[in-house]
Amino acid sequence: MGHHDEYQVQRGKILTKPFFILLALVLIGFGLIAYRFIAGVGAVTGLSDGYPWGIWIAYDVATGTAFACGGYALALMIYIMNRWKYHPLIRSALLTSVFGYCLAGFSVMVDLGRYWNAYSFFLPTRWQPNSIMFEVALCVMTYSMVLIIEFLPAILYTLEHTKWRWLWDAALRFSPRLLAGDGALPAGLTSVNKVAGTVQVRLNKVLIFFIVLGITLPSMHQSSLGSMMIIAGEKLHPLWQTGFLPLLFLINCIFIGYATVMFESIVSSYSFKRAYEVHEISGIAKIVPIVAGLWMAVRFGDLIWRGQIPAIFAFDRNSFFFLLEVVLIGGGAFMLLFRKNRLSPRMLFVSGAILMLGGGLFRFNVYLIGFDPGAGWSYFPSVAEFMITVGIIALEILGYLVFVKIFPVMPNPKKHFADEVEDEAGVPVGDMLPGRVFVGK
Amino acid sequence: MKSTSRRDFLKIMGFTGAACLAGAGPLCAATGREGDENTAIGMLYDATKCVGCKACMSACKRANFDQNNLSYEHLATDDDKLWDAPKDLSGDTRTIIKLYKESDTRFSYVKHSCMHCTKPACVSACPVKAMTKDPVTGVVSYNKNICIGCRYCQVACPYNIPRFQWSKAIPQMVKCDFCKETNLKTNGLPACSETCPVGAITFGRRKDLLDEAHRRIAKTPDLYVHKVYGEKEAGGANHLYLAAFPFEKLGLPVLPEESPAALSEHIQHTIYKGFIAPVALYSVLCAVAMKNKKDQEKLGHGEEE
Repeated sequence: MGHHDEYQVQRGKILTKPFFILLALVLIGFGLIAYRFIAGVGAVTGLSDGYPWGIWIAYDVATGTAFACGGYALALMIYIMNRWKYHPLIRSALLTSVFGYCLAGFSVMVDLGRYWNAYSFFLPTRWQPNSIMFEVALCVMTYSMVLIIEFLPAILYTLEHTKWRWLWDAALRFSPRLLAGDGALPAGLTSVNKVAGTVQVRLNKVLIFFIVLGITLPSMHQSSLGSMMIIAGEKLHPLWQTGFLPLLFLINCIFIGYATVMFESIVSSYSFKRAYEVHEISGIAKIVPIVAGLWMAVRFGDLIWRGQIPAIFAFDRNSFFFLLEVVLIGGGAFMLLFRKNRLSPRMLFVSGAILMLGGGLFRFNVYLIGFDPGAGWSYFPSVAEFMITVGIIALEILGYLVFVKIFPVMPNPKKHFADEVEDEAGVPVGDMLPGRVFVGK
Repeated sequence: MKSTSRRDFLKIMGFTGAACLAGAGPLCAATGREGDENTAIGMLYDATKCVGCKACMSACKRANFDQNNLSYEHLATDDDKLWDAPKDLSGDTRTIIKLYKESDTRFSYVKHSCMHCTKPACVSACPVKAMTKDPVTGVVSYNKNICIGCRYCQVACPYNIPRFQWSKAIPQMVKCDFCKETNLKTNGLPACSETCPVGAITFGRRKDLLDEAHRRIAKTPDLYVHKVYGEKEAGGANHLYLAAFPFEKLGLPVLPEESPAALSEHIQHTIYKGFIAPVALYSVLCAVAMKNKKDQEKLGHGEEE
């Protein structure tokens, strides 16, 4: 049955303080979402006919799905570049991707004005394949399904090994009606274990085809997310409006994906008091400068080719955000050029965060900041609009926190780190617990 | 050009056997110019004739009131609630007359409404065919029954024409369709041009209107800016403008001759032509991944996932 001990369930209480804080944010967000459906999109947002798309599209969809590209970027590394040592990290990356994509899809439904017509996407007679949004929508929907399938082994494993007796006894205590029976465990529950086991074996045989689909689909829709804004034409500032947008978005999501894996690994190790997975993520960190460098080359090559270099030094709003974007991406990638930084959890965390910020800012620039529909229009998200996005982000983190405590998601340190005797600096990697942050010396 | 690319497309579709992708059909229809030059209908608005009476605005609202769930709009300063005075095009207003003031004595009215582009960005952007262009008349119209309200048409339109009903729980997009289902059907003219008391709005075949516009410029060259706006802007439009002031001052953007839709579709179609690239990518990745997985299993590692 393979290596189940490759991953482990993170032991710990589910109902923690962060859980309730996040839950509160989720509830505020969803209350406002309910209000949006009663009073219309205009009542909760700062959107207008000039700025028909705001942070729900620029963050939740365009940037959020890039942050959710960890699963994609890691699968690319493991299955295509044949780097199996990163395999233990894939489930936590996939889990982040599942939440990122599913909630991006959800926030689109909140944003759509005539959401009840969204079933049009399932009617081939209504398909309009010239539309880039059509391609993105179908791709993102399919990919969300693929991600769930890719994550299924973790769920099936848990179903297979659940001790129903214990749960049933707990249920009996809560419900007197069930107690009226003889208290025996229903036969259906025990067969769940068996079925889950069988499905798991079968799924393993075909999973590779879904994994590859999970590499193809993001390559398609992440580039198309860039193509989306080409049609905005003159409304998008020349620093961003280019035929290379699809390529830039594709490369961008790959380094953001790796940055997210780094960031998420350090943050979850820190908060769950696990050993840092420095050995794995330092390898990932080594690739980031190459990918980010490629992005920079395309970015500046394109600007030079289109003669837009003067626009960089116009020192207006657009040039400021361009420079910020380039400095963040360049700076984050530059930090990772040094081996010392790649072995320090702190530096991995900082550079991961900077790269996510910079990469995300590029997408924000394309979708919002560099977008100018003409005189008389302005946009800034309203408080309600902002809180809805916060609620959706909170739900992602909340879901992650709960899932890792129920399903085997986190890498098993005994299996993967103890046998790594020492890292290159001579420090036993298995000893790198939070609190003993420094590794370089 | 159109027929070659269409043939190429069909050929590739045949070769890859991907013709089953039912939705790919309309791809070819959109590669060339949409709408026939000789049958396209349009409107010529002559800003030098317009007296700013706004009769076109109220006629438009009256004609299309029911069909579009339009409301009358009261201005914020309208204390006696007697004015229907929209500030701009909106979810309740399909056309508007604005005033450009250069000085106290020199000014020009300008009418804004849908340009009915030759290659409309909104039609290209719409994922579900709610925005369509009539291949014969060239009229760009909107169908609220299939619209999902994504507002990508608003992002795409270089003139910011489609408007959204922001404050309604059941909203829709609003834009001019030359009264296709209303006044044009009943009276043979859009309500605005039928109503205009000074002949500032001429309705007819685009070709004739363009000739007429150039004739007017030639006849009184001192009166006009020597350009017909809409002749070439963003691939051309069926709504044409004549004016005495530079068009950008009247709120009409300076645009390149290529439609943004043409560039965007060109890039997208190059990547996805016949759906070959994604299928090829998938096949190659599958081969690589399966080989890697087998090698890995030989080494005795992770067979799961």
